[in-house]
Amino acid sequence: MSVAVVDRPVAASLPPVLRERGQREVFCGLTGIIWLHRKIQDAFFLVVGSRTCAHLLQSAAGVMVFAEPRFATAIIEERDLAGLADANEELDRVVDRLLARRPEIKLLFLVGSCPSEVIKLDLSRAASRLEAKHAPRTRILNYSGSGIETTFTQGEDACLAALVPSMPAAPAGAPASLMIVGALPDVVEDQFRRTFADLGIPAVFTLPPRRAADLAPVGPNTRFLLAQPFLGDTAAALEDRGATHLPALFPFGVEGTTAWLRAAAAAFKIDPAHFDRVVAPGRERAARAISRHRAVLTGKTIFFFPDSQLEVPLARFLAQELGMVPVEVGTPYLHRAHLVHELAALPTGTQLSEGQDVDRQLDRARAYRPDLAVCGLGLANPLEKLGITTKWSIELVFSPVHGFDQAGDLAELFARPLNRRDRLAV
Amino acid sequence: MQLTVWTYEGPPHVGAMRVATGMTGVHYVLHAPQGDTYADLLFTMIERRDARPPVTYTTFQARDLGTDTAELLQSAIRDAYERFQPAAMLVGASCTAELIQDDPAGLAKALDLPIPVINLDLPSYQRKENWGAAETFYALVRTLADTSVVRGPLAGRRPVANLLGPTALGFRHRDDVVEITKLLGQLGVDVGVVAPMGASPADLARLGAADCNIVLYPETGDTTARWLEKTFGQPMIKTVPMGYGATCDFSREVAAACGVDPEPVIAANGSRLPWYSRSVDSTYLTAKRVFIFGDASHAVAAARVASEEMGFEVVGLGCYNREFARDLRDAAKLYGVEPLITDDYLAVEEAIAAAHPELVLGTQMERHIAKRLRIPCAVISAPVHVQDFPARYSPVMGFEGANVLFDTWVHPLVMGLEEHLLTMFRDDFEFNDAAGASHLGGHGAAEAIAVPVAANDPATVDEIAWTPAATKELGKIPFFVRGKARRNTEKFAAERGLAAIDLDTLYDAKSHYAR
Repeated sequence: MSVAVVDRPVAASLPPVLRERGQREVFCGLTGIIWLHRKIQDAFFLVVGSRTCAHLLQSAAGVMVFAEPRFATAIIEERDLAGLADANEELDRVVDRLLARRPEIKLLFLVGSCPSEVIKLDLSRAASRLEAKHAPRTRILNYSGSGIETTFTQGEDACLAALVPSMPAAPAGAPASLMIVGALPDVVEDQFRRTFADLGIPAVFTLPPRRAADLAPVGPNTRFLLAQPFLGDTAAALEDRGATHLPALFPFGVEGTTAWLRAAAAAFKIDPAHFDRVVAPGRERAARAISRHRAVLTGKTIFFFPDSQLEVPLARFLAQELGMVPVEVGTPYLHRAHLVHELAALPTGTQLSEGQDVDRQLDRARAYRPDLAVCGLGLANPLEKLGITTKWSIELVFSPVHGFDQAGDLAELFARPLNRRDRLAV
Repeated sequence: MQLTVWTYEGPPHVGAMRVATGMTGVHYVLHAPQGDTYADLLFTMIERRDARPPVTYTTFQARDLGTDTAELLQSAIRDAYERFQPAAMLVGASCTAELIQDDPAGLAKALDLPIPVINLDLPSYQRKENWGAAETFYALVRTLADTSVVRGPLAGRRPVANLLGPTALGFRHRDDVVEITKLLGQLGVDVGVVAPMGASPADLARLGAADCNIVLYPETGDTTARWLEKTFGQPMIKTVPMGYGATCDFSREVAAACGVDPEPVIAANGSRLPWYSRSVDSTYLTAKRVFIFGDASHAVAAARVASEEMGFEVVGLGCYNREFARDLRDAAKLYGVEPLITDDYLAVEEAIAAAHPELVLGTQMERHIAKRLRIPCAVISAPVHVQDFPARYSPVMGFEGANVLFDTWVHPLVMGLEEHLLTMFRDDFEFNDAAGASHLGGHGAAEAIAVPVAANDPATVDEIAWTPAATKELGKIPFFVRGKARRNTEKFAAERGLAAIDLDTLYDAKSHYAR
């Protein structure tokens, strides 16, 4: 069932890519709800799906969080499929009940799933129908987090892309503004805002906003930085609204963060000397924090199983700033345009893989015996049992890891499993 | 459509995974999109298994739909057979694949593999996890049990019993099987096959050789045990040996089926529960109000322990699996409570809030609820959490299991004298009921979150005002009975046409409703 093709590099600098089509061991896009529902504080995510979807959300969440959720599942039942009940009427009933229970909800996402896609339940029509009923109190949007179309973090991309058409148009002649795109922990977002203010960039918006009413205006004078490498559709939607993408390394580590901030500074014509002055303390702090982990990580081999699409930027950071040796960098999807700077900064000859055939990939990991494997929760303990130290990749999506002041924490996430292995005498 | 916040059971194919993962030599090919692979983490993370579940997912994508999903499934079956060399294979579809109707059975048959290939038809939009596990186990046994097995007479040999129902990801299944195997050994009964957990397809072939079948977990084992009873004439042991009394009953039931004498074993059992419950320091447990919710078998068994062996008052009893609702209804009659049969988490939360229990015995879901309501809670049933797989030996069945239940249920409670001190000095700023039990480090915790149930309660009469003194006095009543005291007092006042509730009304109502 597996098809493996080695792409010819399109440019001399692009590393070879092993493309695989076999069993994928990854989450679907619904999983993004786990962090998105905390990020947008007055939004609610209603998955229209099966018991499996509900079980996924609670299992993925149950391992990690223990709080009142702002998400739920409208579980499709036999009578909806058999035509005994009109699925649209049922959905309206569920939404009415939900909004009556949670009147503080300002933004409701109807989230499509594998079954809702396969039975072609039109959630975009349902969203407009329901919005007509519940406006202006609640805005209702839709996107698909289905596993037949999205992998893990692509769910966030679909969610943010769905927000873009609702963003107000920036008035013509509005001063240039900067938008940070991608859900970041609040503390990191605040740090970036302070840095941009210090640089002298006045108008900074974020997508997603913390409150639904704070959707940023967008227009031809909007410049945006992607904080995450998995936001292809969102970037395209923003470009459709006239905004301009500022390509850069992603803000991981000293060099990634500097390059990312510099892209904005250059777009806003900030004096390079001023830029250097503003970022110097952050660079120093980050370099100092990272250096503590260098002894543990330098020269160690690392193998990435595909998961969040963060794999390429993280491999770049670990190779460039900590001296790690990436032996395979797997990613569910390789966005060649957004990763062009990252790919160029990877060590020559780094093996990339796109897609997955998990059994064959496990064979390769066993053969390489990397010092550290970065993988999903389903694979971690089985790899540990084989004597391969692992790092759960999901933690990289759930922890503050961007920017100067988290660079040391990011390095520590990779050093910790190795430290632990050395500590344990059992 | 059903609005669901948390769900008690996964889809039926997760039940099938629990069976396949518990067994050896079985591989399950599941026609499913990539997101369904999350189910692996249930086993590798929650249960801390050190190997991947024996499951291959086809992980079809949108672009495969309508073109070659059938071919994808067929090649997945072929590849899985070659790579894993199982002795038997299960094939089936998850919810999404069920909709595209690729006929896993026909496709698998066409491959003509040299092993039994069992098709699982598990309707995802009607059924749930436990049913899926029961049906999968039954399908395996129907296919693999050797019906030509004949067992010899009991005379002159040790009797043999099968243990049916334990699976991967089961609540304490690992330790229950050890404990019950030990007990059977003391009774002079050998264990033939433990299944699904630990069994190979070859083990299932010899199920018919045992003298009886012990249904440890009816949720997964009952269907199979009934078929075995019909096919091999093996009696079913139906008492779930959870708690001291049930373990004694179980021992006698097994002994009767196997022709051995249970009384010496029962007399010599090492359980501390009877004495611990009778010792005077346990007096404070008397009539503690307990709300019980879980799968039907665990809930019913827990209710008996709570009532007969701990001296609690059962104020609520429910289960989430309708398949066993009848057993639960019968038990609810025994305790004079309304049975709660629902898989709606919000309905369970409402029922718990309304019952004002002092202890909740439930699942991981009820831990959420009890935490919100600030009621002590112990877990007695799946769905499970990583904490329900303790490193130590911790069965809930058999005589040692009774000890574990005593400890586990008493631990979250405020104990003995501390409870009296809390009642005596209610205004103490750092030692009060809102701060929680001191041995649990609950100091400084927030007040319970109110669940809006009073509005539906006809006993609540909003118009009657409370005087400030009466309101203050009400605050001195322990929080778990405060709601009830308020409702009783208001009802008392309304019946007498009083305009306001003062201190006298409060104490008049108290004496009126005194038991």
